[in-house]
Amino acid sequence: MSASVLFDAPGPKARRRSRIASVIVLLAVLAGLAWIVITLAQPRESGGITLPGYFDWSRWEKPVTDPEFWGAVGRGLLNTLQAAALGSIIALAIGMLFVLLRTSSLAVVRIPATLVLEFFRGMPVLLLMLFILLVGSTGAFWAVVIGLGLYNGAIIGEALRAGVVSLPRGQREAGLSLGLTPLQTRLRIEFPQAFRQMLPIIVAQLVVLLKDTSLGYIVGYPELIRTTMNNLASFYGNRYLLTLFFVTLAIYLAVNLSLSWLARRLARRRSSRAGGPAALVTDGAATGAAVLVAGIGGAGLIRNPEDATTE
Amino acid sequence: MNVVIDNLPSYLEGFGQTLSLLVIAGLAALVVGTVVAVMRISPVPSLSGFAAVYTELLRNTPLTLVLFFCAIILPYLGSELPYFWCAVIGLTAYTSPFVAEALRSGVNGVPVGQAEAARSLGLGFGQTVGVVILPQAFRMVIPPLINVMIALTKNTSVAGAFFVAELFGVGRTLANANGNAVVAVLLAVATFYLLITIPLGILAGRLEKRFAVQR
Repeated sequence: MSASVLFDAPGPKARRRSRIASVIVLLAVLAGLAWIVITLAQPRESGGITLPGYFDWSRWEKPVTDPEFWGAVGRGLLNTLQAAALGSIIALAIGMLFVLLRTSSLAVVRIPATLVLEFFRGMPVLLLMLFILLVGSTGAFWAVVIGLGLYNGAIIGEALRAGVVSLPRGQREAGLSLGLTPLQTRLRIEFPQAFRQMLPIIVAQLVVLLKDTSLGYIVGYPELIRTTMNNLASFYGNRYLLTLFFVTLAIYLAVNLSLSWLARRLARRRSSRAGGPAALVTDGAATGAAVLVAGIGGAGLIRNPEDATTE
Repeated sequence: MNVVIDNLPSYLEGFGQTLSLLVIAGLAALVVGTVVAVMRISPVPSLSGFAAVYTELLRNTPLTLVLFFCAIILPYLGSELPYFWCAVIGLTAYTSPFVAEALRSGVNGVPVGQAEAARSLGLGFGQTVGVVILPQAFRMVIPPLINVMIALTKNTSVAGAFFVAELFGVGRTLANANGNAVVAVLLAVATFYLLITIPLGILAGRLEKRFAVQR
């Protein structure tokens, strides 16, 4: 299994040592977990009331058995997904627009577009959302959606531009010599190729976008975190805060891990299909190139598209 | 515009808070990230497994939720840390997996011959990684690491919503207090952020070009 050059295949002695280390790590992790569990299980006093330990069923019963609760969580999740979906569409559209403007042959168009793009890339999304919320008075939903769209559009635009730049020049020349206008060449010849090449990065950025919808919590959009940690926490009482936190965490992990997994599969498919230009995001093991630590870690993935995204 | 000039001291205070969040959390994330990266490539399966779980778990949790945990749930469980340090812990925890992943891809960028040479000289895993591989990997991942730091700069704004009076927090308060000059107030905040992110971005681009020529 181990294709690593960093160490030999372990012999009996090293295996024993490694096993001992594993046991120690496992014990340390277990001790940490046990400490957390014991701390949580202690009855606590707050404001004169003694709350039962955290693992007491009464700390979970009320929300978990209430269909209303799951209904509200579902609505929160739906709001999150809705904002993410609309934000993605806007981000893709703005990304393409940015590429068109930035690669324009007119300096009058190109230079302002570059400036605007740098501006959006250098700003925190949260500030962008607040700006739209207060200045545009659009309401929280559109503040989240437009903020995410602009910011991620700028980043996707950069990725797409890198894709366009990396195409062989002959592609554009061939398009022009067939009598297509420069715009047509861009849209019908270069974009489809650049888009496909950069797909893993774009999908990874869309996962980031989904994660960033959680900023809606701050600008007052009732997405998942706001629903659970704010609305439901005040409805059921603060004693359920931790329960609500774990529910929220589990939902986010489930959604994001499955999307990340999809992004990785896309990356791997691309790298196995086209060895050449897609090397930017290949899994080192798949191309057969010698790498230092191939085959380590469950996924065995060396380069993964998420590295290429900011955040 | 007058609002901005009148409130310049609170802007500068917020800017100072943002900078200290950036520097402290950035350095801590570098240290934690390096440890996690070394664990991830280490020969002991439990260490690499632990590192993998840590990376995946934190990378797929939204920052808002991480900071929520640090700023609201920890005090609820009885911690008495000031909010600034809660934010530092949250930002460090969130940023370290990105550092670790950047480093890991840097390790893979080091030519295999380097590791083979080190191993054939009789260096062990710790020596190979510490003396030969990591110093080269660090050099190569400086541009990506700067990008991680740019992202961290932008992420410190989320701490502003969790009771830390950094730039975003200052901006929000000022915007609420001066309803007639919201645009100026927020543009000033944006300028301060751009003061950090754009020079860092230019630096990353420069270094990338330089290293690209070298290799």
